[in-house]
Amino acid sequence: MRATCWEGKNNVQVENVPDPKILNSRDAIVRISSTAICGSDLHLLQGYIPTMKRGDILGHEFMGEVVEKGSEVRNLAVGDRVVVPFPIACGNCNACLAGLYSVCENSNPNAGLAEALMGRSPAGIFGYSHMLGGYAGGQAEYARVPFADVGPIKVENDLPDEQVLFLSDILPTGYMGADLCDIQPGDVIAVWGAGPVGQFAIASAFLLGAERVIAIDRFPYRLEMARDKAGAETINYEEQDVIEALNEITAGRGPDACIDAVGMEGHHSHGPVHAYDRVKQAARLETDRPHALRQAIRACRNGGTISVIGAYGGFIDKFPMGSVMNRSLTIKAGQCHVQRYLRPLMERIENGEIDPSFVITHTMKLDDAPQGYDTFKNKEDGCVKVVLKP
Amino acid sequence: MSTQPNGAGALAPEQKLARFLGVFSLSLGAPQIAAPGRVNRLIGVRDDRGSRRWQRIVGIREIAAGAGILSKERPVEWVWSRVAGDMKDLALLGSAMLGKAEDRKRLAAATGAVVGITVADILDAVALSRAPGRATPNGVRVKAAITVRRPREDVYRFWHTFENLPQFMDHLESVEPRGERGSFWRAKAPAGMKVEWEAELVDDRPGELISWRSRSGATVRSTGTVRFSDAPRDRGTEVRVDMEYQAPGGLLAATVAKLFGEEPEQQITDDLRRLKQVMETGMVVRSEGSPEGTSTRRLLRQRSAQPLTGDNGKRVPTLEGRTS
Repeated sequence: MRATCWEGKNNVQVENVPDPKILNSRDAIVRISSTAICGSDLHLLQGYIPTMKRGDILGHEFMGEVVEKGSEVRNLAVGDRVVVPFPIACGNCNACLAGLYSVCENSNPNAGLAEALMGRSPAGIFGYSHMLGGYAGGQAEYARVPFADVGPIKVENDLPDEQVLFLSDILPTGYMGADLCDIQPGDVIAVWGAGPVGQFAIASAFLLGAERVIAIDRFPYRLEMARDKAGAETINYEEQDVIEALNEITAGRGPDACIDAVGMEGHHSHGPVHAYDRVKQAARLETDRPHALRQAIRACRNGGTISVIGAYGGFIDKFPMGSVMNRSLTIKAGQCHVQRYLRPLMERIENGEIDPSFVITHTMKLDDAPQGYDTFKNKEDGCVKVVLKP
Repeated sequence: MSTQPNGAGALAPEQKLARFLGVFSLSLGAPQIAAPGRVNRLIGVRDDRGSRRWQRIVGIREIAAGAGILSKERPVEWVWSRVAGDMKDLALLGSAMLGKAEDRKRLAAATGAVVGITVADILDAVALSRAPGRATPNGVRVKAAITVRRPREDVYRFWHTFENLPQFMDHLESVEPRGERGSFWRAKAPAGMKVEWEAELVDDRPGELISWRSRSGATVRSTGTVRFSDAPRDRGTEVRVDMEYQAPGGLLAATVAKLFGEEPEQQITDDLRRLKQVMETGMVVRSEGSPEGTSTRRLLRQRSAQPLTGDNGKRVPTLEGRTS
């Protein structure tokens, strides 16, 4: 089959690889109809996530048709149309039973590697490094889906792929970002990053009852999407002082909750500050550039919540802990527990409360994945989200 | 999870001596490279191009040995390399004594010093070889624990059926029952070799504890205890393992450690992860990078995350596949 493979830093290639096989009785093989490039794939592309190996198949946002299944997969039938959540979760362990699917205790066979970096291991993830399992990803024609009796959601309506594909990651991730904010009527929510996850965090904050949502980014076309499609007010941090603008909007209180939908490769409007973290990151003195997170913490109202859904990989520097502690802030974070949100979000899509397809700006053939990565990484051609068709 | 070296955290005497020898190597090597002429005069060797070149060569060797010794907790090989170097030095000094000496008194003193340090090197190398890495004086002891979301009775019964152990203990090939309290164990060893031994139950408290040890005459003497207790709330069972492998007189405990993986504590932890997977999910969890499932040996030798080819696929054991 054809598959998008990581061949080193800033080098992805679509290659011929063997077709996947059932390895366990709870596996299924899915023929992929649509898959997407995630912002977090760019962290892999650019070499910021350790334990990648040449030839690794990328991709953790995919859907398709079940073509084969193990003997213990009783909830699915061959021919079923399914969307596959990006965290691999067993459904049996204490974490899964508590709804914390992305920290499943059994799905990472390489837990020892993750423990070396993080102390304890989270769940395995499709196509997302060997410390997170060494699973082949879904930017391919087929994928093996472990624990197929737990993860995938059957699509029982006739909505097009474009409307349900993002249940695999970015829609629930954005939704969880808002969910973690415990939004009360009248709340003002600020969202750093107007990429696809940021767009869905904005839309979800409104769904959960926010009064006003402010989007912060530096790309006018993304801010425009946040305004026009998601209903946010916008701040371009290259043109305005973010803290000042937020103080103006909230009459000095600060946002009730701040969502970091940027993660480890943030930018800073002040050149030298960006350079400081960029240099430290290049020298591996810190692995992540936390500009958005630092600013979100400074901006948040006393007693407010910081919700971190942007991806971080390792260590950050100059973390404003004094601000967190003295101002009674709460930090909540996590890879999305997708399985928890699949059904409620499918219902919201079916009811027309949200149409996630608005973030798609590019649809390409799987074979054009390298170009898709380039366009997305360089934010060319108004790129927000790339969908690939095998 | 932890290993228990003799005296947790503190350095054993042979380790302290090794540190000293490492620093000594570095402080000897540096002037030999930087100022070989001065060293020649100090030890009474005639100072010419040939002897300076020898000083530099020996200096580089000293720096390498010093760095090697200081980089490891138990630098057995490096201290032995110092012993080999000492022999070479004594040979050089001997030939100088016969020919190139400038000052025989100084040369004799230098030779005496080298003899002294040679004795220290040999003693330390022997001591380090006797009590190698992560070892108690008699063997390798490892402890690990995990929480399994299954009733205590179930986990106890699964473990008590020793034939099940190879399902989650990576190095075991098979365990067969032998009589009421006995069992026959087969394990993989490096280079395709196999080790076998007989074991017997020593203590057995249903739902609480199982304790076993190898019968006398085993190549590898081993003892193990696993304790089961209720986890707080409804989180299942806490499983705590404490195992010790002992080598007979001649066989070094380091070799035993290698039999069971280079990192015994990582290995037992990974074994317990497999136990948890089997008990909770009914299977050993496999990925394309780790197709055999959780395995310490696999951790750093990952396959690319690509589907297995036909041949590879056949080699991958299925859920029940460890019966072969």
